[in-house]
Amino acid sequence: MSRIQKPEAFAADDREQPLYADRVRVYPQAVQGPVRRAKWVILTLCLGLYYLVPWLRWDRGPGQPDQAVLVDMEHGRLFFLWLEIWPQEVYYLTGLLLLGAIAIFAATSLFGRVWCGFTCPQTVWTDLYMLVERWIEGDRNARMKRDRKERWSAADWGLKIGKHAAWVVIAAITGGAWVMYFTDAPTLAREVLAFDVPLTTLGFIGLFTFTTYLLAGWAREQVCTYMCPWPRFQAAMLDQDSLAVSYRAWRGEPRGKARDAGVGDCVDCRACVNVCPTGVDIRDGMQLACINCGLCIDACDGIMTKLGREKGLIGFETVGNLAAAEAATAAIPPGPARCAPGMAARRPAQLLRPRTYLYAAALTLIGGIMLIGLASRVPVSVEALRDRSPLFVRLADGGIRNSYTLKISERRHSPDRLAVAVEGLPPGAAWQVLDAHETDAAGRPVVATRPDGVAEFRLFVVTSPLGRPDEESTPLIIRLLPAEGGAERASVGTTFLRPRT
Amino acid sequence: MSHVVERDEVTGTATTGHEWDGIRELNTPLPKWWLWTFYATIAFAALWVVLYPALPISGATGLLGYTARGAADQDRAAQASAAEPMLARLRATEPAQIVADPDLRAYAMAGGRVAFANTCAGCHGAGGQGAPGFPNLADDEWLWGGTLADVEQTIRHGIRAPDDDASRTSLMPRFVADGMLTAAQANDVVEHVLSLTNRATDAAAARRGAPVFAENCASCHGERAEGNREMGAPRLDDQVWLFGGDKASLLRTVSFGRGGVMPAWEKRLDPATIRMLTVYIHSLGGTEAAPQ
Repeated sequence: MSRIQKPEAFAADDREQPLYADRVRVYPQAVQGPVRRAKWVILTLCLGLYYLVPWLRWDRGPGQPDQAVLVDMEHGRLFFLWLEIWPQEVYYLTGLLLLGAIAIFAATSLFGRVWCGFTCPQTVWTDLYMLVERWIEGDRNARMKRDRKERWSAADWGLKIGKHAAWVVIAAITGGAWVMYFTDAPTLAREVLAFDVPLTTLGFIGLFTFTTYLLAGWAREQVCTYMCPWPRFQAAMLDQDSLAVSYRAWRGEPRGKARDAGVGDCVDCRACVNVCPTGVDIRDGMQLACINCGLCIDACDGIMTKLGREKGLIGFETVGNLAAAEAATAAIPPGPARCAPGMAARRPAQLLRPRTYLYAAALTLIGGIMLIGLASRVPVSVEALRDRSPLFVRLADGGIRNSYTLKISERRHSPDRLAVAVEGLPPGAAWQVLDAHETDAAGRPVVATRPDGVAEFRLFVVTSPLGRPDEESTPLIIRLLPAEGGAERASVGTTFLRPRT
Repeated sequence: MSHVVERDEVTGTATTGHEWDGIRELNTPLPKWWLWTFYATIAFAALWVVLYPALPISGATGLLGYTARGAADQDRAAQASAAEPMLARLRATEPAQIVADPDLRAYAMAGGRVAFANTCAGCHGAGGQGAPGFPNLADDEWLWGGTLADVEQTIRHGIRAPDDDASRTSLMPRFVADGMLTAAQANDVVEHVLSLTNRATDAAAARRGAPVFAENCASCHGERAEGNREMGAPRLDDQVWLFGGDKASLLRTVSFGRGGVMPAWEKRLDPATIRMLTVYIHSLGGTEAAPQ
């Protein structure tokens, strides 16, 4: 590897080829239309859910948190409506993350980066911040004019400070709401109002306030273009039949003035660029910075309507249809005449494709496994940990004892009385639970579970000195039965070991 | 003077002018804030060096005076004070009551497991299974008594512990070495002991050994070899042997005596720790019930 001389034609001075680029400020313009309305609805739903869910109450009985959705770090419990997830069930979280990832893959292969454009928190909060910015500072032109001024007047300063103050307030509410998922919401609200918030809580609220303000107020599209990994592998999810925000170049090109002859429908008004929250030009085709939000569709449709032309110069379109329309209209001179035959050459987007089948199958499989897991959750479960050191104990009378630690998990909030039965014992063997002084009608030891917790008991299985098991290893089943009789509550398999003879 | 910037034909992106074997590098400039973030991390590192001990020089402790040892000490102190209420309850509660209380019992089992690994496992084994000369704590034979109170007493004062006057002590004499028995008598008495568990190899010797046993051994081990816990004298008619139950081991025991030593832990461990150890040992194989 060697560095060779720069080509003759190349600048001798590296300064003309900067390695670091100044940020190009984006001043998105307000826009009206069906996509914008859909985005407002989704934004309201997402933010509403986020801010209000911690306030939902759910009665779980005395001594239990009454918050519908709560991550209780201190006690290691995740409350979700009627569910109470224990730390050892964290695989439900894994399942949710898998479902989320595959759902995004599926949505992207169907409709492009709709996650980015409509529901990503970065987009939602940036949209909210831009709305506040417009309310306070005015629309695109007013903001650009102000930022170009040499000196700001007192009014300019007032507007700027007002905007940032509003942003900080939104950020603080956002950070506070996040913490409310981890602590009782009304209690936290009272503590905030009384200026009596614990230091740790305050630290977390401050952290999330800061990141919200920074990411939605300042970083904005820089997050999408430089920080987020998703734009970089989205291309793998898209194919010929994915609907994505696209410019119908076959109709628009070549660009020209509306009254000129022999030019396409695009009048190069730059309305699509002006409304873009990431500052891209959709007419350059699909690109990393395009988040597929569709605001350029609304902007362009507005211009086309004013010009009396068909809407849809920019729209949700597949790559396959772009090519088909291009081919169908190649022979027609540019102009409004291209529109009808071009649109006619398209075929409806193919939503059912091998990859969407695969995504649907994966979603069904994982979702099904999780549902089965949730449906078959039992209130009581038992584990038997066999002592491994020593494997067995020789008793004074020559009998062999194996010892086990039973871990009985009780998910309900009232204790249960359970008889411990051991099946598959070697001949002449008996079992005993240490410090269990009660027995049921059949003489089996009875233990009490620990409400909402795990209780440990020591189980001893002893063979008689005369009756040695035939095998070195005998499989056992330990069953927990209600002390008052009834169906088995839980069982677990283990083994009984004896020394080699 | 103007320069023509070289552009890549496919992407239209300017190149940096670097070329390796015909491969040219596109210039995709990083945003400047990225560069500033990088500088900020350098500043952070510099600040760190000033505030925290970061230089491999003795005495370079940093302005905050932080040390990893100090932080660990603080953590330990915080844990100790958090554990104190529970330990106080353990000190005030007899082992039998601890075992009956689910909360105390769970706490003592967890704490006892750690204390056992620290102080007991070296001789008695990780699971209390013992080793030749070191009793198995998981079986049902107890030299000095197997109730919770007996176990606690043994942990506190040890066995033949030289530094504890309350230590349990006894002596298995060196019968042959000290001339109390001849080698032949020792052989006979060992055959007699083996015959108690039907393992004698020489019935005549075993018969000759019976009066030797009655004269020399029965005073401690009992007339029927049932053992005596007052003396820490083991049962000889069962399957558990501390120093080995084969003939060679028994001959050695009779000839040269035995006398294992266990340290007294009262001066080295917190009374609460001794309580937790008692409860943990109880859980290994279940100690004996206290006499009513």
